[in-house]
Amino acid sequence: MSWSKKDYDDIPGTYVFDGRRAAMGWPLNKMCMSLNEEAQREELRQDVEGYCRKFDMSDEQIQAVKDLDALAMLRLGGNIYYMAKLAGAYKLSVQDVGAQMRGITVEEFKDMLLKQGQEEV
Amino acid sequence: MATLVGGITSSHIPAVGIATSKRLFDDPYWKPFFDGYIPIREWMVKVKPDVVVSVYNDHGLNFFLDQVPTFSIGAAQYYDNADEGWGLKTMPPVPGDVELSWHIIENLIKDEFDLTMCQEMKVDHGLIVPLQVIWPDADEWPVKVVPVAVNTVQHPTPSAKRCFDLGTSLGNAIRSYDEDLKVVVFGTGGMSHQLQGERAGFINKRFDLDFMDKFVDRYEELTALTTTDLVREAGSEGVELIMWLMMRGALGDNVDLLHSNYHAPISNTGSGVMLLEPAD
Repeated sequence: MSWSKKDYDDIPGTYVFDGRRAAMGWPLNKMCMSLNEEAQREELRQDVEGYCRKFDMSDEQIQAVKDLDALAMLRLGGNIYYMAKLAGAYKLSVQDVGAQMRGITVEEFKDMLLKQGQEEV
Repeated sequence: MATLVGGITSSHIPAVGIATSKRLFDDPYWKPFFDGYIPIREWMVKVKPDVVVSVYNDHGLNFFLDQVPTFSIGAAQYYDNADEGWGLKTMPPVPGDVELSWHIIENLIKDEFDLTMCQEMKVDHGLIVPLQVIWPDADEWPVKVVPVAVNTVQHPTPSAKRCFDLGTSLGNAIRSYDEDLKVVVFGTGGMSHQLQGERAGFINKRFDLDFMDKFVDRYEELTALTTTDLVREAGSEGVELIMWLMMRGALGDNVDLLHSNYHAPISNTGSGVMLLEPAD
């Protein structure tokens, strides 16, 4: 069994959500999908490990969720749209998560967005 | 017969829905974005379309990764909105047009575009936000909607060319519907943005403006883009631009550009709104 090389593999800092990632991330993304319900979000917040175990997530995936470590989740097959539901459970915005993945502050991240909008083209 | 009266491109990002609910129309951050919708709202008042066929993608409300249809279409009386995980305000159900949905399904499948048919379908921000920003004062939605959902989440996603070709068939189906209806097609999502990875926050203004320029009458240069081209140039979530091309396909070769506005950033994205009418 092997995964073929892809022409998008060389795009820096980008985790294209293909079959390989979907297979790897299945339990993590399934847990995230369950967070569409507020009752489930509350259950997660009360007991992260216990909640994640119900979905047969790997120890690394559970640790990444405990740490709210977005890059670790991406590397373990997380899909950003499903991860956004996890972020929502903790009232984190896409900019909070984006800044974390870039390794900069949220202010720096917002400033970077503004600068790209102001570029002369 | 039904008339395809126009096509509109619009961002569908959740932050726009929140800002619309809070009526931040004159807020300095939002004003350049919302002002871009004034001509769209005026056109809606003038033209009064009956139905919107909205090309959008689901982000994990109706579909999960257990079953991912590449193309799907709603055929319901109503489409419910629901909590997507952030505890946002749930919007009123969107009325459908069952007969038009089935007319489109029959014609698309006859043309060998084999869509998944959905008699029950929840619609998320991808469909709701463009309605919200265009009709911010509506107590109930003033149009019926036929949702056409495109997979832009699970790769491989359909090609730009495939979406355009399906759009061509969609346009033919709408124009052959035996009912005096005015139909407008929305192409939602985009433009450049990347939510994930160390490249999160990537916006490509040059690419976006070039895309809008070519969208009117050099669309063949856009349908030639591969998924990898789009990920590279428009960011991983910028592949949503394939949905614009489905709308463009529906309008036919010749169009008049009535309005165009670009603004970046809005949240993490470049936002483009365009209004086109089919030309003879």
